[in-house]
Order: sequence, then structure tokens, then C-alpha cells
Amino acid sequence: MWSWVGHRITGVVIFIFLLVHVLDTSLVRVSPEAYTAVIGAYKNPIMGLGEAGLVAAIVFHAFNGLRIIAIDFWKKGPKYQRQLLWGVLALWAVTMIPFLIRHLTIVFSNFFGGH
Amino acid sequence: MSTESIAAPRSNSAQSPKYKRSKGNNSSFEMAAWLFMRLSGVVLIVLIFGHLFVNLMLGDGIHAVDFGFVAGKWASPFWQIWDLVMLWLAILHGTNGVRTIINDYAERSGTRMTLKTVLYVASGVIVVLGTLVIFTFDPCPPGAVIDLPSFCPVP
Repeated sequence: MWSWVGHRITGVVIFIFLLVHVLDTSLVRVSPEAYTAVIGAYKNPIMGLGEAGLVAAIVFHAFNGLRIIAIDFWKKGPKYQRQLLWGVLALWAVTMIPFLIRHLTIVFSNFFGGH
Repeated sequence: MSTESIAAPRSNSAQSPKYKRSKGNNSSFEMAAWLFMRLSGVVLIVLIFGHLFVNLMLGDGIHAVDFGFVAGKWASPFWQIWDLVMLWLAILHGTNGVRTIINDYAERSGTRMTLKTVLYVASGVIVVLGTLVIFTFDPCPPGAVIDLPSFCPVP
């Protein structure tokens, strides 16, 4: 039940970001200055935390999607759906920890460290 | 024993409310959409995880992303095709997901039609725009001076 709610909410959030992300990337067709100015907004720490949240949503949606496929196509999937959810959450944590260390180091060291 | 038949308890009897939505037709569209979500989902995991790894974790991560970074990637047909397939699959996957959510929560036919029309127009505009940007992109636009990739002629 909650994995289903989480899958829907993360799905909608990712889709809305996708629409905005295609628009901001389209600025490369306007001018290098326009693109670099807008992409600069993605580099401040608040947006950096937003990106971390977005990646967290994507990683959950991805692994829970694999769980849905397992439930639909694997004979024992429905029986083990609860254990599979714990597997999703474990894989999510294992993926997010190195990502957060790398990404937040880049975001905060560049913001406080120089340039 | 009487052989008197008993009407099914569903379907518009006085005791049960009328089912308000029209029956779907017999096309296999919903089956195809269900299968598409699973197949495109698996491909999108590879494409998006690769996209995030290259753009956020390698090199200087998000800090290195500027016009020159995008120009450098799209100079290669490999990344052009990667981003094109990712764009189309993600838009179709997301549009079908939101279509399902609209069908679930919007009870009036008119509301469903309106919301889905807005959804399809938005998705259509974005997917055409993104495709045009990938293929009409000029990595060395005339007159530009900042953040150009290293292979552009020095102005």
C-alpha cells in the first residue's frame, strides 16, 4: 500500500522535473550565456539538496519498479512482495549513501571553497 | 427444486448503483500500455542511472555542467542517441503514468478529458522541442564567447 503511494508520488515528481529539465536544457539552443546562467541556479546548495531529493525519488521509483516487475512476472513474487520491499529500501540506502557523499561534497565544497 | 434463475446482483439492479463509466472497448491498448511500462522502465533505469552517474558523479559533478559540457557530449552521436531514446521513453512512460492517475482520481468524464488533453499537449510539445534541440544544436554558435567547448575555432 505505502510502496504504491510512494511509487505514484515519486512518479509525478519525476515527470514534472522532466518537463522543466527539457525546457532548461533547451536554452543551449538560445545562447551559451542563457544556458549557463540558468544552470548556475542548479549549483547553489539549496538546489543541490533538491537534486539529492530528486535522485532519492528516482532511485526509489527505479528499484520499486523492478519489484513490481518481479511481483508481476516471477511466480513467487506476490508471496515475497514484503521481503522484496525491504530489499528495495536496502538497495536504495546502498545506492544513496555513496551518491550523497559524492554529490554533496561537490555542491558544498564548490560553494564554500572558492570560485 | 425450482429452476428459477436469479438475476446477477450487479449491473443496474435497483439494489446496486449504476456503474457510471462506459465500458472500455476490446482493444489491447491497455495491455500494451501495461507491458510498455515494464519494458521501458528497465531500459530507463540503465539510461537514467548512466545519465546521473556521468553528469553528477564523474569529474566535477554538477559544478562542471555548463554550455561547453553539453556541447562536448552532443558532439558524439553516442550521447545524442542516448539522450534521444531517454527523452522519448521517459516522456511516454511518464505520460502513461499520469494518464493512469487521472483515470483513477478524476471521476467526471469531462474532467478526465480536459486533464488528459492538457497532459498530451504538454508532453507532445516537450518531446518535439527536446528532439529538435538535440538535432539542431550548434556547439560553436557564431558570436558566442563564453563556455565554448575546446574544439570550437578560437574567435
